[in-house]
Formats: sequence, structure tokens, C-alpha cells
Amino acid sequence: MAEPNLLTLVAGVFAILAVASLIGFILKRTISWQKPHAVIDNLNARIKAWWVLVALMLIAFLFGKAGVVLLFAFASFTALREFMTLTPTRRGDHYALAASFFIFLPAQYALVLADQYGIYSVLIPVYAFLALPIIAAFRADTARYMERVAQVQWALMICVFCLSHVPAILNLDIPGFEGGNLLLIAFLIIVVQASDVLQYICGKLFGRRKVAPNLSPSKTWEGLIGGVGLATLLGAGLWWLTPFTPLVALAMAALIAIMGFFGGLVMSAIKRDRGVKDWGQMIEGHGGVLDRIDSLVFAAPIFFHLTRFFFSVS
Amino acid sequence: MSDFPPAASGFMVDATTTALILAARVATGVRAEWRGCDPTTHRRIYYANHVSHGDFVLLWSVLPPALRRVTRPVAAADYWRATRMRRYISEEVFRAVLIERTRTEETPDPIALMADALSGGASLILFPEGTRNTGDERLLPFKSGIFRLAEKRPEIECVPVWIDNLNRVLPKGEIVPVPLLCTVTFGAPVKLGEGEEKQAFLDRARAALLATAPANGEPHKDG
Repeated sequence: MAEPNLLTLVAGVFAILAVASLIGFILKRTISWQKPHAVIDNLNARIKAWWVLVALMLIAFLFGKAGVVLLFAFASFTALREFMTLTPTRRGDHYALAASFFIFLPAQYALVLADQYGIYSVLIPVYAFLALPIIAAFRADTARYMERVAQVQWALMICVFCLSHVPAILNLDIPGFEGGNLLLIAFLIIVVQASDVLQYICGKLFGRRKVAPNLSPSKTWEGLIGGVGLATLLGAGLWWLTPFTPLVALAMAALIAIMGFFGGLVMSAIKRDRGVKDWGQMIEGHGGVLDRIDSLVFAAPIFFHLTRFFFSVS
Repeated sequence: MSDFPPAASGFMVDATTTALILAARVATGVRAEWRGCDPTTHRRIYYANHVSHGDFVLLWSVLPPALRRVTRPVAAADYWRATRMRRYISEEVFRAVLIERTRTEETPDPIALMADALSGGASLILFPEGTRNTGDERLLPFKSGIFRLAEKRPEIECVPVWIDNLNRVLPKGEIVPVPLLCTVTFGAPVKLGEGEEKQAFLDRARAALLATAPANGEPHKDG
């Protein structure tokens, strides 16, 4: 049942990107041909990056579970290095950082690949959270100790633990939905990212009242309501990708979109605290990898657990 | 355009160069920011903060290939001639200008060596702090070498280069590197002014280098 749905989905995504590229080209042609224009050029850079991201995702999907796990492990690695780069750690955190990159990150994804829910659901929030302060304490540097430990833990939580729940969806065992879990991942990613894009579009078109002016000038109530609302409708319309009824798909999509918005808000607060606008420069037009996946990171574990609780037998 | 050893030939040298650059990029995701000047093949003195053995590899790896071919690091001879491997890398791959740290009657004048390299058409990479900075100070006081070189070749621009984060990738005494992102920022060039005194020039060059450091470099400091 999964194959024809996946083909329909890919065709749909390609069609949307093609339309977006065409709109971007027409805007460029009519408004600022051969002249720089901040908004239009950023839009076109973003659309171009989307083609690459979709292609990467598709290649990973073709390789099945191992491909998806590897893709998200790489995304976690890149996000973690962006996060740690902007985190004021000290010499005494060196082992804790090394353990995060070289032990906890690979272990988390290896356990997801091996379908060891009992361990991967607690590896970071229990084992890493106890181990990291121990490792840091051994270096006997107590300056800002609590703050440094918390920062390293949260980096792991956001960049590795939360994100690893996307490939973990492949481990769910939903009766009558065998072999369709890739589509469930596609559903999550499409709703989260569509919500981001639609919030951006609605905000640009109708944005007036800012949600949190101290955090992010680009988040407006108009953008939030329009973006989350439209993404929820889109999610309901994509119920055929999921084991859900249209109504449940609607509720799930609303939850995903709202969690995604909160993710963006929290990550904006952290960026503001660090005094930066973007996490990195890896994806043209989007900033860093963390800038692109911040909403996904907050939506993924909630979506995973709700689906697991209500639909999975594993 | 240059008469310094055209040694960078052959498969081994190319392969080593590519491998080193690839390793530097993968380990640090290094990114160049040309903030105060553009990459041109004009002869220049690139002078940078010194926090790690990897400093000049990182700086060198972000230079466009055309610049990289004519840019030579200035390095300590006793360290870089110590083993066959180091000698191969410093002499064949980087074509470093190797200078003796301990002067005797026979050792050639290091400033003359550097000036000759510049005359030969090369750009140089210098670390005017003279030693690796392992303390809490952002930048150590400069040694006088860069001034004496600028005196000999006052027409050449000195470009400040701030290497950010590499000290966190592999702090002194650690074995395992942590793959944090590094940036190499090229600042606005300084030149020796007419009749400018030694200390005035060193202070100005040092201030220019500090001004090149990205703003978010501050919280990275230990302390």
C-alpha cells in the first residue's frame, strides 16, 4: 500500500517546489532582474535549498531504514556542532563535549537502528544526564559548573535526543499499516515544514502584531494563526499517508504545527541569548541546520509518543 | 611570477595537500570570511592569532587555490625539521619558510629569510605572538619580527587574520578533538606608516587583529 502513496507524495512535493521556483523566477524577473533584492533573493535561495533537502530525503528513503537513520544522525551531528560552537564552554568541558559527539550521538542512533526503545528512550535523559556532570566534575573546574552542565545536556537533548525520534518512527508497529512508516515520517516533516513556510508567507503578507517582540521580529500572530491553521488543514488533507482518520490527522497536524512554532520560539530565545541571528551558514537562505530543523525537533518526540501510545502495538 | 621552490608538484604532494585540506574542513567545518579585504594574489603578510598547531593549516585551507600556491607559512625549524614526516610536509607541501628559534652565529637572519621569500613573490603567514597562546588573554603581546619585516618591505600589506574556535577544537594537552565549527576572518590590512615607531606599529597591528575577531568570539574565552 505504501509504494503508490509515496509516488503520489513525491510528485506532489515536486509540483509544489516547481511552482515555488516559477513564482520565485517571475518575482525576480519582474521586480529585481539582475539587481540584488534581499527578500526575493533569500526566497530563491530558500527554494533552491528545498530542492536539495528534498532530494537528500528521497535518497535516504530509497535506502530504507539505514538511510533515514544515517541522514538524521548526520543532521544531529551538524546541529550539535552548531549548538556547541555557540555555547560558551570551558576547557573543563572538553571530555563532556567529546563524549557527546563520539559516544552519545552514535549510540543513540545505533540504538534507534537496532529498535531498542527501552534504552534509546532513556539513554540521553537518564544516562547522559548523569554521566556528563560526572565527567565535567572530574576536570575539577567549578566556574559556572551548573550552567555549563545544563548547556551541554540541553544541546544533546535538542540536537540528538529529540531529532532521533524522527527515524524512530520507523520502529512503530502499527497494525494494518505495515511498511508505511516512511509515509508517517513524510507526514510529520511535511506538516512541520509547511507550517514554517506558511507562517513565513502569512507573516510577510498580513503580519502586524508580534507574538514575542523581544525574541523574534518575524513571528506575528497573523503568521502564527494563518500558518498553523493552513498546515493543520494540509495535514488533514494528507490523512491518506497515515493510519489516522481525517479527524485524527487534523488533530495531529495541529499539535505538530503548534509544537513546531514553540520550537522556533525556544530556539530564537537561545539565539537571542547568544547574540546571533542564525545558528550557522550551512544552508543558503536558511542559515544553519538548526535554523531549519528547530520546529521538527520539538514536534518529533511528541508526535512519536502520541502515535506510539494510541496506534502502535510495540 | 615567483622564484621560490616550485616544489608543489607531483601526485604525492597534491594528494597530501588535498587530504590535509579535507581533514581540516571535515573536522572544523571551517569557513572563510573576507571582511576587511578581498582575496587577491598580491603579495601580503597574513598575520594571525596562534592557539594551536593546526592554525596555519586552517588558514591555508581556506585560501583560494591560486592564493594558496603562493602563500608560505613561517614556522619553527627545530619543530618542522624534527622528523621526516614533518620535514616532508613543511618543505614539500607547505613550502614553509623555516626559521631557527635559537640564534647562533651560523643561523641565517630570520627577517632576511622572510624578506627574501616576499621578494621571491610569495605571501607569508606569520604568528606575531611568537608562541601558542594557552592562557586566558585573547591575544599575547606581539614580538618585534613583524615590525622588522615591515621595515624591510614597507610596501606590503599586513592582513590581520583571526582564527576563531580552533583552541576549543583541540585545547593544549588534549588528544581527542571536538568537531566544533571554526571561522577564519580576514580583516582590514595595515601598513607601516612613514617614520612609525616600533611599539606604535605593533600596537596598531595587534588592535587591528583584535578588531577582526568576530563579536561572538568573546564568550568562547575561558573565564
